[in-house]
Amino acid sequence: MGLLNLLFGLKSFTHGIHPPYHKDTADKTIRRLPFPAELVLPLNQHIGKPAIPVVRKGQEVVRGEPIAKADGNFSVPIHAPATGRVRDIELMPTPKGPKSNAIVLDVYEGSTQEVLWEQPREMSDLTQQEIIHAIQDSGMVGLGGAAFPSHIKLMIPEGKQVDTLIINGCECEPYLTCDHRIMLEYPKQLLRGIRYAMRASGTSQAIIGIEDNKMDAVEMLRSNLSKGSPVRVEEVETKYPQGSEKMLIKSLLDREVPAGGLPADVGVVVNNVGTLAGLGQLLPKGQGLIERVITVAGPGVVKPGNYMVPLGTPISHILQQTGYEGSRTEFILGGPMMGPAVSAMDTPITKGTSGLLVLNEPSIEEESHRIWPCIRCARCVYACPMHLNPSILGQMAAKRKYEEMAQEYHLNDCFECGCCSYVCPSNIPLVQYFRIAKAINREQAA
Amino acid sequence: MSKKPTIELRTSPHAHAGDDVVRIMRNVIYALLPICAFTIWEFGLSALALLFVVTITCLLSERLFNRLNDSASSLSDWSATITGLLLALTLPPGFPLWMGAVAGFIAIGLGKALFGGLGMNAMNPALIGRAFVQAAFPVAITTWTPAFFEGRFSQFIPTTLTPPFLQSPTIGEWVAAVNVDAFSGATPLALQKFEGVQTDIMDMLLGTTAGSAGETSALLILICGLYLAARNMLDWRIPVMVILGAALTAGIFFLIDPVRYPDPLFVLCSGGLMLGAWFMASDMVGSPVTPLGIIIYGLMIGIITVIIRLFGGLTEGVMYAILLGNAATPLIDQITQPRVFGQQRASK
Repeated sequence: MGLLNLLFGLKSFTHGIHPPYHKDTADKTIRRLPFPAELVLPLNQHIGKPAIPVVRKGQEVVRGEPIAKADGNFSVPIHAPATGRVRDIELMPTPKGPKSNAIVLDVYEGSTQEVLWEQPREMSDLTQQEIIHAIQDSGMVGLGGAAFPSHIKLMIPEGKQVDTLIINGCECEPYLTCDHRIMLEYPKQLLRGIRYAMRASGTSQAIIGIEDNKMDAVEMLRSNLSKGSPVRVEEVETKYPQGSEKMLIKSLLDREVPAGGLPADVGVVVNNVGTLAGLGQLLPKGQGLIERVITVAGPGVVKPGNYMVPLGTPISHILQQTGYEGSRTEFILGGPMMGPAVSAMDTPITKGTSGLLVLNEPSIEEESHRIWPCIRCARCVYACPMHLNPSILGQMAAKRKYEEMAQEYHLNDCFECGCCSYVCPSNIPLVQYFRIAKAINREQAA
Repeated sequence: MSKKPTIELRTSPHAHAGDDVVRIMRNVIYALLPICAFTIWEFGLSALALLFVVTITCLLSERLFNRLNDSASSLSDWSATITGLLLALTLPPGFPLWMGAVAGFIAIGLGKALFGGLGMNAMNPALIGRAFVQAAFPVAITTWTPAFFEGRFSQFIPTTLTPPFLQSPTIGEWVAAVNVDAFSGATPLALQKFEGVQTDIMDMLLGTTAGSAGETSALLILICGLYLAARNMLDWRIPVMVILGAALTAGIFFLIDPVRYPDPLFVLCSGGLMLGAWFMASDMVGSPVTPLGIIIYGLMIGIITVIIRLFGGLTEGVMYAILLGNAATPLIDQITQPRVFGQQRASK
């Protein structure tokens, strides 16, 4: 922990960066958009096995109805985000890049945004196992971006002792404000979801970690907590990548997740605020995840804001509503540090999409960055939150010594936050090299 | 939106801190300019000519080696300019211009191009150039001139215009003629070491003493170095560690025998220690990248400098100390790899 943080008692991790945050949409309340004419629902929008469709071409579905079921335990179902007719099940572009199978839904014009399908239940009657099943049935995954099935995360592996649930309200990526808005507008649902998650994971305390640039959210949640609640709210330093699981655990509890390990190895399970607010909202009604909040922002957007959109909404529809400008534009799903750029305008918003950024000319520099030789300035070394040595790793990547990178210099501990590329004065695409190196190593291992 | 927009596709991160190599190099030059201006004011035409000739030689050599290498011109990264300015600042103000040109050529050729250019050099190019001329022209490089002598803007120091391939003339008579009181032709370090005469600290801070062109004012160098450190263009830990290492070592000897050994403050303000610590030891290319490595490297340079000064035949040891530090850098980096997050302590 840095000296200043020690002096002022602010919780944080070491290294990391302070990019400009551009949280201009923080005061924009969550709004709905009109439904698009079609929805594209990839079967593999979560990590794990793709869901199995339970509808046929031409079948009518109502908003909220399950349309694909989980394939085994490591998978989640998908629900219809709008009332309409299944046009087809075909290959469509996805945020991940390659095309994959998706259910394409023609939405009935003027169909209601009310959810018509529900199976209410009394939550207090459920056992731990039943809650986990209910979570899987809701189709909930990590809404922070990873899209990891929530029921797997909350199901503590046998032999592991977990005492703390951490709720990630950091939202450390620049531009994004959807989690911030959720904390301000859905505090009751969030706290309810936290209670369910604590019961599912068997944890006795919960800590909501929020970066100190969102003090209104900290106060909002604190004011909703009753005395003696096992839940507490802690502010942490505003620093990228504070919202990474490992960094947040370090900041809040000073525990280090061992290399290659999981938070459960240090007695912690981490969930995003959006995920738990979603569970708090959906579980009592027995509904499924059909929409999410995204931040639409960036210098190229005319009407930036936080929008509740049905899953499967093509980005072209959102941009029609919010408007965008620029003759050279870049569309990014998620934040600017880790989000992928997309090429197809019919790419849909999926469960793991937290934002849609539009960058245009001023931010896309005219001159493509010239790459200079490494001058060993060590800025990457002081930026890497995992305390790796990107300088040496970059030189080895240039020589294609991929295996040595993994064995001698801990390449696999890199979680691709991009801090090294961000600070490099020579514009060396370090994290890009590391992604390639990891992919090649994975391929060779397979 | 009448025209179909171009969609850009790049990989994340889609943001950049904005600093680049050129900006860092330019800032180093900004920081060196006041020192250059001061030396011209102090030593007149000769210093100006020396700065000019050495820097131009460095730039021409850089371009020549670009040609030989069939690579694009690297003059625009400003690194050769820095090498030239730094090299000139480490030479005596009356250093013969032709020898300065030799130093510049060697600095770029042997110190940098041979290794593969920017970022690849094992040692500081300017110091390679200086080490070469120190060995080649031992008399010229220890011929000092008094500061602020009369007529410095209207005449060259006689040694400056030595014809190529000739040794420089002796300047004892000239020094007497320019009428500087009691100038013995020695730097504060030499005075202290060989004659036991202590120069006033204030003189060394302000730079009214004899010495290499850019090393005389410790205070000015400190201010310029702090500018770079404040702009995060220089790792402040390196100069601080060099200074700490030198002060501690000197302090120990001073406590043992205050008559024979100089006090730590004198050690810090004299010779090239400040210039070396702030502008040469801190050269990113030749210094370690690991947090612990930087501390070891800085302390090592400070300690070796003082040991050479006190026990070596030379009056000044900064140059060799930094070159030794550069040489040790790969090893220091190797043995001080930081503990990776989540790795067990004490295991690899």
